[in-house]
Amino acid sequence: MGSTTESIEQKKLVLRIGDTVYSQLRQHGEETYPHECCGVLLGQALEGANQVEAAIRAGNTRTDSAHNRYHIAPQELVSIQRQARERSLDIVGFYHSHPDHPARWSPTDFNEAHWLGCSYVITSVEKGVAAQTNAFFLAGTGEDDKRFEDEEIQVCPERC
Amino acid sequence: MKIHIPTPLRQFAAKQATVTVSAATVGQALDELVVTHPELKKHLYSEEGKLRAFVNVYLNDEDIRYLNDKENTAVKDSDSLSIIPSIAGGI
Repeated sequence: MGSTTESIEQKKLVLRIGDTVYSQLRQHGEETYPHECCGVLLGQALEGANQVEAAIRAGNTRTDSAHNRYHIAPQELVSIQRQARERSLDIVGFYHSHPDHPARWSPTDFNEAHWLGCSYVITSVEKGVAAQTNAFFLAGTGEDDKRFEDEEIQVCPERC
Repeated sequence: MKIHIPTPLRQFAAKQATVTVSAATVGQALDELVVTHPELKKHLYSEEGKLRAFVNVYLNDEDIRYLNDKENTAVKDSDSLSIIPSIAGGI
């Protein structure tokens, strides 16, 4: 039993983010309301935690259905991955907003999630105002066993 | 040439962010990558051997699916390949 408790504790997942960056990603969702916003989180993957240093805004290519879908152009991701390398950072997660919808991952979010080990941050934006923000860690070793796990968000003053 | 590995696939590439290969074409570069790091293969390719739909591969700033010669496109040492899984979702 002891080892079971230990393994559960070890699996406790944390997303650390400075309050400025946290405000930026929430504000992005207010600016694009009633459409979904999206962006990329740069930082470092540490043992048991993804630590965010910067949020990079991305365009939502789903102009056909921007109120309930988002998609980041791969070319923009290539450019953001290059920026990360130049800053000695890694892509550790992504964020998007759910306009007038809870901050929980949807079946679409799950099916389209492929970045194992990364954090997916969702902010619900209610009537144009950022409400709840939640983070979900994409765990597993591949498409067959991937799963979202709730991740605690620790907001630090300035940087973490 | 260099191949940039995205965060989720580094665990299958000896934790490297960049793998250097010696190849004359895009296809040879990807072949060498999966021969050196066989665990990557199932994450990049379907059972039919096709690049998975959600895996994008860019030669510098060009999607290899849209190159005239696709995987047969010639590459130089100064070129780089970026592997980028797609990002999408919604309500």
